[in-house]
Amino acid sequence: MSIKLTVLSEIEQIAEQHQKTLAPLTDDSILMNTGLDSLCFAVLVARLEDRLGVDPFSASDDISFPVTLGDFVRVYENAAR
Amino acid sequence: MLHADTPQLRRYLQGPQSEGRFFQGLNGSVAFADLAGGTSLGGRLSELVGTSVLLSTRDQLATALALIELDGVARRIVVCPPDLAASHVPEIAANAEIDAIVSDRDPADFATLGILLHVGATCVVEPAAPPTSSRHTTWLLLTSGTTGAPKLVSHDVASLSAPIKPTAQAPVWGTFYDIRRYGGLQIFFRAVVGGGSLILSSAGEPVADHLQRLAAHGVTHLSGTPSHWRRALMSPAIRVIAPGYVRLSGEIADQAILDNLRAVFPHVGVGHAYASTEAGVAFEVNDGRAGFPASFVGVGQGDVDVKIEDGSLRLRSARTASRYVGRDAPALLDPDGFVDTGDMVELRGDRYHFVGRKGGIINVGGQKVHPEEVEAAINRHPAVWGSLVRARKSPITGAIVAADVVLKDASIHGDDMVARTEREIIELCRRHVAPHKVPAVIRFVSSLNVSDSGKLLRHGRS
Repeated sequence: MSIKLTVLSEIEQIAEQHQKTLAPLTDDSILMNTGLDSLCFAVLVARLEDRLGVDPFSASDDISFPVTLGDFVRVYENAAR
Repeated sequence: MLHADTPQLRRYLQGPQSEGRFFQGLNGSVAFADLAGGTSLGGRLSELVGTSVLLSTRDQLATALALIELDGVARRIVVCPPDLAASHVPEIAANAEIDAIVSDRDPADFATLGILLHVGATCVVEPAAPPTSSRHTTWLLLTSGTTGAPKLVSHDVASLSAPIKPTAQAPVWGTFYDIRRYGGLQIFFRAVVGGGSLILSSAGEPVADHLQRLAAHGVTHLSGTPSHWRRALMSPAIRVIAPGYVRLSGEIADQAILDNLRAVFPHVGVGHAYASTEAGVAFEVNDGRAGFPASFVGVGQGDVDVKIEDGSLRLRSARTASRYVGRDAPALLDPDGFVDTGDMVELRGDRYHFVGRKGGIINVGGQKVHPEEVEAAINRHPAVWGSLVRARKSPITGAIVAADVVLKDASIHGDDMVARTEREIIELCRRHVAPHKVPAVIRFVSSLNVSDSGKLLRHGRS
């Protein structure tokens, strides 16, 4: 599964578990408007670390949290490289 | 200082009431009647009059026998637990002003302490005349702290036996605890003071063998921590014992473990006791439900005064320890004589529930989570044997809740079944605890680490 698909499937699962209604997801979706709260993002980052073996936000101090879904996926793609 | 009327432990072994009563260890039994008129210390008890004794044995039975002899003779007894690190012994010996060692170990093990009086402890009782004088003996127990040298907690026979009510029939007690810790020592007192016998545990003995030994010697009352009991319930040999009373203490007894014990022992009293080394035994709950009735809280209505302050349980009674002993020892009691147990409780309806330890809180984005509360929710799942909830670092919320879960059923395997069980556990938690307390990640593991004192090891929080 590509990194992007992994991210999307985890987001959908977390939204379901946390009973959040997701907005339609595109690369330009603003993360904070997707319907997930910060707890959901904390869960997402932890689960992605378990699945992809990397937590780019803890690995580096000077990484800023991405704004769009596309940016978010790219952070993982870059970290996995 | 002589106290002619000091209640010596030895007197509980004397006369017709000692008939048929015994200590049973892995390698044999000792009849109380023999001990009442005998010695396990090679007849050297008179050398220990008025001394401060470090009691450190390999064999638990040797400690049991020595305790009976030393009470009323020694000034102080430091009861060393089996896993006491050698590096802590010099500090303990200094703080307790130790001037004698009673041990079944090589005297060379204690050479660095420079204490000349070493009396050998054994599991063999020879006839000897009982001691003639009697004095007050302080019992110093070690707290099972996580770091640093353990603290010395001051008790005596009066505080240790205060919670024990006389029973009509002579109980045969068994315990998964080691008697050199408060939880086990309490059972030692229940056997000796309460007119019964005691079957000792033995480190390293397989659970099935221990259960067989308990059955062979007719155990009627059996005690342990919830972790001890979960381990015992996993053994098919649990069916060989037929106790009349089972008791839990030392950790939070959640509804799942109480229900499991009731299912295995349907006609048996299942009680959970609240006790700690410092606070002593506070109360017992015998209605089969987790937590305790709010009516237990109050001052002046019974043997134990109970109050809740800043969310933590505070206790005052004749059963609490008097103080910590040693240089720079902190105060144990508040100005009103209460011990702060550090155990956090929450009122739900007419009942208080234990939610965790004061220091063990996970902070998820500023919201508090007690691991024990989440574990209780996870453990409700019928396929779950036990769980450990811990903090995991998060770049978003500082920490998130992570859970290690052991499944009961080895038949749950394959990615689909595991994923389904994981979903069910998360759904279960969502129904019972707030969203920030629901485990973000669940890891299925084959076992959880349990400390020598029978409690879940909560190390490794990040």
